[in-house]
Amino acid sequence: MHIVVLTKPVPDPAAAAERLGPDGRLDRAASPAVVNANDEYALEAALKLTETLGGDVTLLTMAPPGATDTMRKALAMGAARGILVTDPALAGSCTQSTMRVLAAALRAQSFDLVLAGADTSDGGGGVVPAGIAALLGLPYLSNAARIEPDPTAGRVRVRRITPTGYDVLDAPMPALIVCTQALGEPRYPSLKGIMAARGKEIAPRSLADIGVPADTVGGAVATSVLLGSRRPPARGATRVVRGTPTEGAAEIVALLEERRLLG
Amino acid sequence: MHPVSGSSGAGRLTGEQVLLRDTIAKLASERIAPRAAEIDRTGEFPEDIRRLLAEHDVLALPFPVAHGGVGGDLLTICLAIEQIARACATSSLILIVQELGALPLLIAGSPEQQARWFPDLASGRTLAAFALTEPEAGSDVASIRTRAVRDGDDYLISGTKRFITHGSVAGLITVFAVTDPGAERHGRLSCFVVEVPTEGFRVARLEHKMGIRGSPTAELTFDGVRVPAANRIGPEGDGFAIAMGTLDRSRPGVAAQAVGIAQGALDAATAYARERRQFGREIGEFQMIQAMLADMDAQTEAARQLLYTACGVIDAGGPDVARWSAMCKLVAGDTAMRVTTDAVQVFGGYGYIDEFPVERMMRDAKITQLYEGTQQVQRLVIARALIGRDRG
Ligand SMILES: Cc1cc2nc3c(=O)[nH]c(=O)nc-3n(C[C@H](O)[C@H](O)[C@H](O)COP(=O)(O)OP(=O)(O)OC[C@H]3O[C@@H](n4cnc5c(N)ncnc54)[C@H](O)[C@@H]3O)c2cc1C
Repeated sequence: MHIVVLTKPVPDPAAAAERLGPDGRLDRAASPAVVNANDEYALEAALKLTETLGGDVTLLTMAPPGATDTMRKALAMGAARGILVTDPALAGSCTQSTMRVLAAALRAQSFDLVLAGADTSDGGGGVVPAGIAALLGLPYLSNAARIEPDPTAGRVRVRRITPTGYDVLDAPMPALIVCTQALGEPRYPSLKGIMAARGKEIAPRSLADIGVPADTVGGAVATSVLLGSRRPPARGATRVVRGTPTEGAAEIVALLEERRLLG
Repeated sequence: MHPVSGSSGAGRLTGEQVLLRDTIAKLASERIAPRAAEIDRTGEFPEDIRRLLAEHDVLALPFPVAHGGVGGDLLTICLAIEQIARACATSSLILIVQELGALPLLIAGSPEQQARWFPDLASGRTLAAFALTEPEAGSDVASIRTRAVRDGDDYLISGTKRFITHGSVAGLITVFAVTDPGAERHGRLSCFVVEVPTEGFRVARLEHKMGIRGSPTAELTFDGVRVPAANRIGPEGDGFAIAMGTLDRSRPGVAAQAVGIAQGALDAATAYARERRQFGREIGEFQMIQAMLADMDAQTEAARQLLYTACGVIDAGGPDVARWSAMCKLVAGDTAMRVTTDAVQVFGGYGYIDEFPVERMMRDAKITQLYEGTQQVQRLVIARALIGRDRG
């Protein structure tokens, strides 16, 4: 099993320092970067699959050159190698550029599965994986809560979460799967993994390397432009309830009753 | 709150060290912090935390890669200790003492001895302990009375060791004993690996303590315990030098524990200052509270930066190692005591009750001024380096 996991560096949500520069693009210097949280769930799922079925996991990232630092953490979790598509011409790319570039990079790889996170915490469009599947003609299996590949049959079965339960989908491999958090918590990188990550390869790829003309992607041809970003209005004061679960529950019920919110 | 509060160690940490520190910080805040109050209350050794640290290779940090370790340098080990101690001082001792107990072997063990014992220590299957202190030999290490008498290819060890951290849970204890009572002060001692349980070895009692209550502190008796000569670390008579070399490298670990405790207390106090209201506003708006928090932050950061510098100096080696090691523990231990005391003050009466963590942190902080040499002994070491007299 060879699995490619799409991993994007995003501003660390815990640092709460995400902001836009004057050009309407993310100010990458303002906030430390981390691997997009949903991508870590996809990586965890990929690592579990290769641990039981053999094979390995490759990370695919499109980002500025500094992304290698963030990718090391994903390598420390157990991925075998990384591919970083990076090119000055990619600055300001919209989702259409992103999906075309990642699809072109994937054409040069052999893989059984591509795993992606449900969406990213900085962009939030959630369409890139679907676009890649369409461009590459791959089966598109979204909202996955369970992934069961059958390498000998060359097929994969996925439980897709629905509003009422789940569907069971079956598709030939290679396929693209969008993962959910129901697949299981991402592991902590082990310290040995962190030390071993130093020796793993992160291969840089330019647009020329993957055969994408520079004038077909990037800010100049972006299909949409971000005008600004606003925070929702501040919420009222938060009341923290302390104590044991039983005490806490009793206090919360009392508070709700006080406000006549319980029937 | 971001899992790593306090300094970034900006500029001096490698990418790996940052990743390792942040990983351990996350592990500590998600898996260790929720256990800290209970560990303190029950006073039981946290087997679950030992397993957790072993699983994530944290206990492998001090050991060479060739023997299943991670091969962390001193700063990396201290970063790990600091992050664990921020959540739970008792839990941080599991790493501190794994290193402390193994340091005689790391410093002076033969390749055969290292190959024999390191894999089990690095995996955390075996815990280590370090047995130097005795009822009559505390600060005055050279007055140890425990004897090791040669008997053919073996030694027979007899005596009592007091206040031995993890003495009741360790499987490997490095024990210091007199091999040549006639020698001058510093040539009397040798160091031995004692694998326990073994005949003649007994855990005589466990202490009831003010802080680090989940860390068992044991009195150990040795009654003719037979140890092969192959278990002697270094030549006969080198014990005192090995003990001092061990403490030079282990004191930064205690300093890291102290910095972690201080940061934990500062985090708790800062959060409380934003939450607690009196006189119609958050207490954090009162300048007297702000001043306390600002001093706590500045002092903690100063102690941390001294520690990080000391780690570099000590790893590089050289004649000044003892001084740096003593300085960082002196400053960090006093800082932890002051900062935790002020954290209780910021909490007011709520700081004094066990519903909040700061009273525990204040009790835990005190030990960092006592073990691996009291603060007075650190001053002795520093002053001797300054004035230039031989130590001991
Ligand atoms: C919880 C705990 C865990 C410990 N873990 C270990 C362990 O794992 N292994 C181990 O070997 N030991 C351990 N110790 C022992 C610890 O290192 C000693 O307690 C410490 O070195 C002090 O020795 P003492 O208690 O005998 O105090 P003493 O030496 O009796 O000191 C009493 C007082 O006199 C002062 N004093 C002594 N000599 C001088 C001097 N020359 N000049 C000025 N002041 C002086 C001291 O600073 C102190 O204030 C532990 C102790 C505790 C409490």
